[in-house]
Amino acid sequence: MTEFQEPARTTEPDAAEKARLAAGSAVRAGPVRAYLHGFGAHVPARVVTNAALAERLGRTPEWIESASGIRERRWASPETSVADLAVAAAEDCLVRTGSNAASLGMLIVASGSASRGFPGPAVEVAARLGMSTALNATPALDLPIASAGSLFGLALAMRLADTYGDILVVGAEKMSALIERAPLDANTAMLFGDGAGAALVSSRPGRWRLLDAAIHSDGQYRGDLAWQPGDALQMNGLSVILQASRKLPAAIGEVLERQGVAAQDVGAFLLHQANLNLLTRVAKALGVAQEKMFTNLERYGNTSSASLLIAAAEWEAANPAPGPVVFAAFGAGFHWGAVLADAGS
Amino acid sequence: MSDATRRQRLRALIQKVSGKPAPADDEESLFESGLLDSFALPDLVGAIEEEFGVKIPDSDLNPRKFDSVERMDDYVASRLA
Repeated sequence: MTEFQEPARTTEPDAAEKARLAAGSAVRAGPVRAYLHGFGAHVPARVVTNAALAERLGRTPEWIESASGIRERRWASPETSVADLAVAAAEDCLVRTGSNAASLGMLIVASGSASRGFPGPAVEVAARLGMSTALNATPALDLPIASAGSLFGLALAMRLADTYGDILVVGAEKMSALIERAPLDANTAMLFGDGAGAALVSSRPGRWRLLDAAIHSDGQYRGDLAWQPGDALQMNGLSVILQASRKLPAAIGEVLERQGVAAQDVGAFLLHQANLNLLTRVAKALGVAQEKMFTNLERYGNTSSASLLIAAAEWEAANPAPGPVVFAAFGAGFHWGAVLADAGS
Repeated sequence: MSDATRRQRLRALIQKVSGKPAPADDEESLFESGLLDSFALPDLVGAIEEEFGVKIPDSDLNPRKFDSVERMDDYVASRLA
């Protein structure tokens, strides 16, 4: 195996990038040794179809599907917690990767819908997985980032794996707790679902090598997609889609350009499953076939931070063809970014 | 370019993107009237960039700037100034 080398720049940075670099705000890619070993997922058993929601929302099932691409979603029972969903996905990932909780060097749990302010769900998940009994009291980190949380978790794990070894990244959301209220808000209730996904990142060689990551945040839009316990979910759909339509292709292009990979050569794009129309728009902006955009949105809706890793788990289970794979997400904050991986060894 | 010409070109872009004529009232909200939705808006922004040869930076991607013919025209005029 050849050592990873950061590719030389083929073009000079433009004025905007020079400004970012001068301000020290850009995380530059450097040599990393981190691998993705596999994924896991869990969704609740309760299926909520468009037909079940349509009357309460004053819309038709067909309208909901045409506006969002969603046919059904899963909503957890009232007694199910974010930590419950996270533990199930974590255990699935550990089984599928032949790993175990005792060998983990770090746990990262992304969730925007946890009901408690602090501690977040990470320490509960760690305890229930048996990590807390380890002699080194393995660190468990919360990322209350919502939609882009898992993507940020992957990017952080990529950089931390060399120090902490095996890192389990989990995205878990109980979005129904935010939206299942009377009366339902038509603009949000149809979109969101519950579930959890997980990924194992390690410095040990694995199936996919993590090559590069780009993560960004812009707090001037923090009010355009927001929630706090006890309140209704706030979403300015116009602003979210307008920004996501630009920033997702840009972040993906950022990692592809740095690594000298053409978008057309990517085997699969695994994106946060927010809206089918948005995924179509991103594919068009990148100049790639829609078929390369993995989608399971029609069955689970938008599960926020969980969606990226649920999609990855289903994509992995379908025995994907070899080739570079891109992970990308955009959401509340706004936070957004992309991660590029390729065949591991 | 005169103000009238610029507005006429904007009206043509709105019709092209939405498939419906722009409202007679330049102050009417294009979002509240249903003429533009969250997916037509990015198309319109791209069409404006192409039509007027301007690059609209991400920091200016505020839906309020494109909520009516008048607001859109004010913004485009500022970019062309």
